[in-house]
Amino acid sequence: MSEDAKSRIMEFVKTQKKSKLYFNDLCKAVPEIKMMQAKKIVNELVNEGQLKYWSSGSTTMYMLPSEGDVDKEEKGMN
Amino acid sequence: MALKHATPLIDELEKGPWPSFVSDVKRMAPKNPMCEDWLGVMELSYKEKEGHWKHGGIVGVLGYGGGIIGRYCDRPDLFPAIAHFHTVRINQPASKYYTTEVLRKLCDLWEPRGSGLTNMHGSTGDIVLLGTTTDNLEPLFYELTHELGMDLGGSGSNMRTPEGCLGMSRCEWACINTQDIIYDLTMEYQDALHRPMFPYKFKFKSSGCPCDCVAAIARSDCSIIGTWRDKIRIDQESVRAYAAGELTPHAGAGGTEKRKFDINAEVINLCPTKCMEWDGKNLKIWDEDCTRCMHCIRVMPRALRPGVDTGATILVGAKAPILEGAQMSSVVIPFIKMEPPYEEFKEFVEKMWDWWMENGKNRERLGETIQRLTLREFLKATDLTPDPRMVNTPRFNPYIFYDPAEVPGGWEHDAAAFRQRHQA
Repeated sequence: MSEDAKSRIMEFVKTQKKSKLYFNDLCKAVPEIKMMQAKKIVNELVNEGQLKYWSSGSTTMYMLPSEGDVDKEEKGMN
Repeated sequence: MALKHATPLIDELEKGPWPSFVSDVKRMAPKNPMCEDWLGVMELSYKEKEGHWKHGGIVGVLGYGGGIIGRYCDRPDLFPAIAHFHTVRINQPASKYYTTEVLRKLCDLWEPRGSGLTNMHGSTGDIVLLGTTTDNLEPLFYELTHELGMDLGGSGSNMRTPEGCLGMSRCEWACINTQDIIYDLTMEYQDALHRPMFPYKFKFKSSGCPCDCVAAIARSDCSIIGTWRDKIRIDQESVRAYAAGELTPHAGAGGTEKRKFDINAEVINLCPTKCMEWDGKNLKIWDEDCTRCMHCIRVMPRALRPGVDTGATILVGAKAPILEGAQMSSVVIPFIKMEPPYEEFKEFVEKMWDWWMENGKNRERLGETIQRLTLREFLKATDLTPDPRMVNTPRFNPYIFYDPAEVPGGWEHDAAAFRQRHQA
């Protein structure tokens, strides 16, 4: 279940035009899963390095590691 | 020593009678080039009346989705030392008690790893370390957790670092143990504190009494405010002593001289619900009408004290303006005992979070979700019974729409039959 949910979330992220997505957006990929449970799955994806956090300081979003490279960000390229 | 950047505009901020952060940063500038460039960018911002900070980024420490906030200067050509100037939030101990030894260690740890500038404290109470670079984050975090036993605070769409007043440690009015509550919530909800899951930020704040010294009612999504449900304790001898000028009113806050205290003018007539009476000998309080404004207790602390059957009132939904205007939190649990391990309260919290996560829009605070979907829906989701004490203002709309499921017997509306009797 968790592996299936993970792959659906990742497929969803890869097909989005936006590079940064809210947690609520990710949950649309797994509508049958309660959000508390979905949060654990998304955290696993972050721990595995499949997703990355992006934070404005007040809001947190998620992105693919290919989109969120620290070196690029610090050189002003992201 | 001459500074790298001339700062005629921000020098003005050193001239008032108050302590100046510009003076503080200047004192650090010879030791740290980040501080020098920080003064330069501040001066430029004052000159141009524009900010030069970009916020947001992917920087953080492994396993945490909060506590570090990426900050970048958009003029790295002019101010290279602060091209990266990330903020680190540190979870403060409950009620901000620490030894000077810990503060010294924290400064010793911070100076070589960042600008050396701190903000004691941020709005959520965190110790804020201002300005470091990405390569310093992991070593700083390691030393912070391993050598000081301290942890990062919250940021982003996380539960933020819970905050409480001094509570029972110093205050005779504390009706709940705010420090224990804050510590318990911090430990219980570590995952929510470090890994984001909400539509937006979520803050707990707890005040020991209705004076609400941490302004929980104005600043927190969930306010836990100490109260009592029995009677205000009255020492009539002391009331008479205040009236006779034998005791200093306001506990000396308005001047330490003893003076004759006009109880009618300064207490009775200022009671918002007019629930008190003074006949020159005895003070009478109709406690059932008291709204816990604390005024009478504050001005005659030797004579009046909160009751002994204490607990908390839980309010939800305060926030500063973002999507909607600022709002204060609303009562949802008029009284709860709030004794460890706080199971009843935590059951409520988890129902509240489930509802907000399922229904909240992105960047919508809990109070805004309630405003959009109504308090009634929130109460249903959290299994709370509506109570007159939750009403802030009497309704102006005379129409009442009942849900058939909530009326004994209910009813069914047959639209087709209705149309046979009434033309469209």
